[in-house]
Amino acid sequence: MLRAAVVAMLLFMTLPTVVVLAVSFNPTAILSFPPSGFSLRWYENVVTYPQFQRAALNSVVVTAGAVLLALPVGTLAALALERGRLRARNVWASVLLSPLVVPGVAAGLGFLMLAAALGLLRSRALLIAAHVALVLPFVVRSVWVSVRNLDPALERAAASLGATPWRTFRRVTLPLLRPGLFAALLFAIVVSLNEFVVSLFISNRVTEILPVAMFTYVVNYTDPTIAALSSLFIVATFVVVWLADRYLDLGRVFLQH
Amino acid sequence: MTKAVVELRGCTRDYGAVRAVDALDLTVYEGEFLSLLGPSGCGKTTTLNLIAGFVPPTAGRIVIDGEDVTARPAHLRGLGVVFQSYALFPHLSIRENVAFGLRERRLPAAEIDRRVGEALELVRLERAGRQRPSELSGGMQQRVALARALVYRPRVLLLDEPLAALDKKLRESMRDELRGIQRTVGITTIFVTHDQAEALGLSDRIAVMNAGRIEQLGAPREIYAHPRTRFVADFIGASTVLRGRALAVDRVAVAGAQLRVAGVTLSAGTDVELAIRPERVRLASAPGDNVVDAHVDGLVYQGAQTELTARLADGQRVLVFVTEPSPVPLAAGHAVRLQLPADAFMLLGS
Repeated sequence: MLRAAVVAMLLFMTLPTVVVLAVSFNPTAILSFPPSGFSLRWYENVVTYPQFQRAALNSVVVTAGAVLLALPVGTLAALALERGRLRARNVWASVLLSPLVVPGVAAGLGFLMLAAALGLLRSRALLIAAHVALVLPFVVRSVWVSVRNLDPALERAAASLGATPWRTFRRVTLPLLRPGLFAALLFAIVVSLNEFVVSLFISNRVTEILPVAMFTYVVNYTDPTIAALSSLFIVATFVVVWLADRYLDLGRVFLQH
Repeated sequence: MTKAVVELRGCTRDYGAVRAVDALDLTVYEGEFLSLLGPSGCGKTTTLNLIAGFVPPTAGRIVIDGEDVTARPAHLRGLGVVFQSYALFPHLSIRENVAFGLRERRLPAAEIDRRVGEALELVRLERAGRQRPSELSGGMQQRVALARALVYRPRVLLLDEPLAALDKKLRESMRDELRGIQRTVGITTIFVTHDQAEALGLSDRIAVMNAGRIEQLGAPREIYAHPRTRFVADFIGASTVLRGRALAVDRVAVAGAQLRVAGVTLSAGTDVELAIRPERVRLASAPGDNVVDAHVDGLVYQGAQTELTARLADGQRVLVFVTEPSPVPLAAGHAVRLQLPADAFMLLGS
């Protein structure tokens, strides 16, 4: 009975994906399901469409930038929260995790106003900064779990054996934080690549990332091109997660949370 | 004259309003095995942490080999530490764990290899090199921790309740092994424990600690036979503390009986507290010198001995260890006669 319920739920969750994948191969220019044939013309359309090409590049740049900044910042934050004996620790934690609870529209509007005040509209730097803020809670949370599981005696042991604080960090702390860091990396990439609401507010045609470009496209044209791009997104995400599961037992990583 | 290796001068360590270590003075000599013994919260681990450099003192100095190291961070003190949880690096193999300190000292790879091999031989774990700590038993992990701390020949070895996590049999065998290794290597060792039997069996000297201070410092026999305070008498071994009135320098009235005491000098007319070890009290079959009447309150059979609690005429309780088989039949409520040898009494200070 329980098995049937789980299967039903999984089907329900994956059905939209299946539909999108099926529609992407439809030879005619309608979003119809089930598809009337098989064609790859929409995929061809996707890779040759200049706006998508530009948006894809933007996505890569913004996500890479956000991840490169958020990982060290988030790691240091997690270490400080757990070990730093901060007096206002809970306040700091709330602030760092707040993007999780602020509605995307409110955050987007806030960033927009801030950007206008700072004269930073129409810049990828702003996008990266916003993504760092949005991705940071995930990084902090993931790394914090690993830090909490880290026995402080290990760092004392390293010190007693003659390792400087930096060497201790490199040889002991960092390797042991690897599961949390990897989970953080995954979360950061997936969240940033898929980020839509805030990015919609603060980007223009030149700087917009892929999800925003897709939205713009769908508003104007309703052909299976969008299904093809979505399918590529789905497959890419699937590959990333599958690789992560192979390298690092994701079951264990997520159970820690 | 043996050299002083570690000195604590007036060390105090506060944690907020709590004074964990209170103006402590301690000197540890070359090659000795010194135990810091006391109950939880007495400050023994904090003292170890002060010596290791894991926490700075609120006041006082720490001197190693004549050098003031109070301001020196832990990684520059050249000491070896074995932690209660062993703190083996889980992501490194046994060999890599043991080699850690040597790698930090930038020794050539061949030399590191050789020394790691020697260290593992010393603790009889030559074949465990490639395994991870999680694959070893508690006792084996402890030996690895010891090898890791000794391999770079530190000045002093610090052990923080290293045997606490082991079961009884293993604890005893590790205790002997530890002592053997310490004697072989000849390293100055400071051992923290709450187990007085451990301290008695391992140490050259014991510092009995209470509330951040050292109550008594001395050789195991000295501390056991002549505890200076009630705390020390209670903590080391078992004891009964009897209250009585001194009649003369060598006579005391306890529970209506007159007892002779030897080896201590009393002030006539004062109230005194005398401690006596339960294994020194004998069961007598007839009245005699230093024999008092009592009634059996409780009996706890322990195999090799029975722990008898007897109540004197004035209500004071005496603990007696009766070696089995008992010379006199014992049953609750029955009358017994206890012989308290004159030289078994220990006069307590505070």
